[in-house]
Amino acid sequence: MKGNHSIKFLFIFLLMALSPFFLSLFHLNLLIEILILGIFALSLNLLVGYTGLVSLGHAAFFGIGAYASGIVAKELSPNLIATLPVSLLVSILVSSIIGMFCMKVSGFYFLMLTLAFSQMIYSFIHQSTDLTGGTNGLSGIPSPQLGGVDFSNPVFLYYLILLIFAAVFTGLSVLVRSPFGQVLIGIRENETRMKSMGYNTTLYKYSSFIIAGALGGVAGSLYTNFNGFISPSDVYWTMSGSVLIMVIIGGAGTMAGPVLGAGLIVILETIVSSYTNMWMLIIGVIFILFVVFFPKGIVGIGNSLVNNLAKSKPLYNESKPEAVYKKDA
Amino acid sequence: MDIIGAQLVNGVSYGLLLFVITCGLALVFGILGVLNLAHGSLYMIGAYIAYSVTVNSTENFWIALIIAPIAVALLSLLIETTLLRLTYHLGHLSQVLLTFGLAYVFHDLASMVWGSNVLTVALPPSLSGTTTLFNQNFPTYRLVVIGIGLVLAAALWFIQEKTRWGAIIRAGLCDKEMISALGINIKLVLTIVFIIGGFLAGFGGVIAAPILGLYPSMEFQTLILALVVLVIGGLGSIAGTFAASILIGLVETFSKYLMPELSLFLVFGLMAVILVVKPNGLLGKKVA
Repeated sequence: MKGNHSIKFLFIFLLMALSPFFLSLFHLNLLIEILILGIFALSLNLLVGYTGLVSLGHAAFFGIGAYASGIVAKELSPNLIATLPVSLLVSILVSSIIGMFCMKVSGFYFLMLTLAFSQMIYSFIHQSTDLTGGTNGLSGIPSPQLGGVDFSNPVFLYYLILLIFAAVFTGLSVLVRSPFGQVLIGIRENETRMKSMGYNTTLYKYSSFIIAGALGGVAGSLYTNFNGFISPSDVYWTMSGSVLIMVIIGGAGTMAGPVLGAGLIVILETIVSSYTNMWMLIIGVIFILFVVFFPKGIVGIGNSLVNNLAKSKPLYNESKPEAVYKKDA
Repeated sequence: MDIIGAQLVNGVSYGLLLFVITCGLALVFGILGVLNLAHGSLYMIGAYIAYSVTVNSTENFWIALIIAPIAVALLSLLIETTLLRLTYHLGHLSQVLLTFGLAYVFHDLASMVWGSNVLTVALPPSLSGTTTLFNQNFPTYRLVVIGIGLVLAAALWFIQEKTRWGAIIRAGLCDKEMISALGINIKLVLTIVFIIGGFLAGFGGVIAAPILGLYPSMEFQTLILALVVLVIGGLGSIAGTFAASILIGLVETFSKYLMPELSLFLVFGLMAVILVVKPNGLLGKKVA
């Protein structure tokens, strides 16, 4: 089963690596956007899907990373060695401060407290006109550089972002399979029990919150580098809403889900916006359908399809020993 | 001194307006355990219906006060019976997400029907005058809002604490299985409470429309403010919601007067501090 997975990943990675050769510039830019929002959705998924903390304020970290990157690129240097670490540091700092407050509460209160903090950051960005450009946002951000390479060429930028995406994806996959990730899943399933087993659940949740915030900041920083523009609407709570929608539609608590969700939303938005501006209506209806009928998201639908196929020929079903066991019993 | 008195009246008026908007949300959350993120959208629809009814004659405001809440209540009935009921077994998170999706849908539906211009609702002549208080002229309607808020709060308190219906609702809040074992149709109770929540949202929309106006994405701004009030007051407590509404009204009015650029920041900051000091809100009970 493991070998099968590596082959699949290798295939996907090859496909992604070769895509600049057969995709048009428009589609390549679309793919870049999917990868960036994929990182963003993956970071939220660590909180929502694995730790069981539903945040409605994740755009705060995206925005902080994006603005930090934009300000550094404009004022100091557009070199990635400067912009990316600054974004990472600032978002770690802010998420550790916000996290200290948010760890005191759970459930609905957590949802609303994250929302309140993200709105505070939004109003801060909105009002500090000198630093962030206020309502107008930051424009004319120079395109990123690294060493002698200028990333204004979208193909170079694509490879850079693909590399970062692969690193984040692999890193998070390892993380959620590690003992640390298993504790997070334990907290999602039954926090009281984890506590009684002697785990300091608050510390684990806090770490998860900071990691999610830091990666959100990275996604924001890449977004600024890609767009050359950032506006307060990218920090608004509708942004938090759409990334939550990506995670839920794709399938919370899986690695592939959030990326698929990001892909679906970006592609759908591009297609729909050429026909109608009723985008929120359409995404709302799709979201409701998923919440009511497919709560496990796209990955859940895929899994149940695979399981149905496997059920029809149980003899070859080696990957799911428990299913075979049930049949014998 | 007069200035402070005037700000005090404005603050209380704004606070009670917040209470009128939020009480439906608090009621639904307290009894159904459903955090209705579409509450702002129901409020918006109430306000837009009020606009449509009053656009030709301001005297129709009184008719709007009846039609809009009933229309929104019917819409809530539709939502509860067709969608929300499907998610009761899926847990609270699914309900929050469902209502969040509904908020998206209503946002576009409203802009399809009423466009995305900034609109205002005019008051009938009997309400649009001014009244002198603390040597200052106040719009009469601000004082009327204070009266409406107080009456609504008293009525909600009376119904919840002193009537048989209130007793059933409070019992349903404590133990749903037990109350249905006692022969009460709890499903019907939940539906009715959700309809009342919708009615109150529509009513709040009509009351607030002349003051806050109508503009695109008004529902999200209202929803966030209502959530802040709900959290500060404590989830599921009408008395707490009342206290929090007044508090937020005063804080926002005075901070707008003293340091306008910080007002939104202060309101959210206050929420964060209260949540950390008293995690269940001012008067809330523990929510699992």
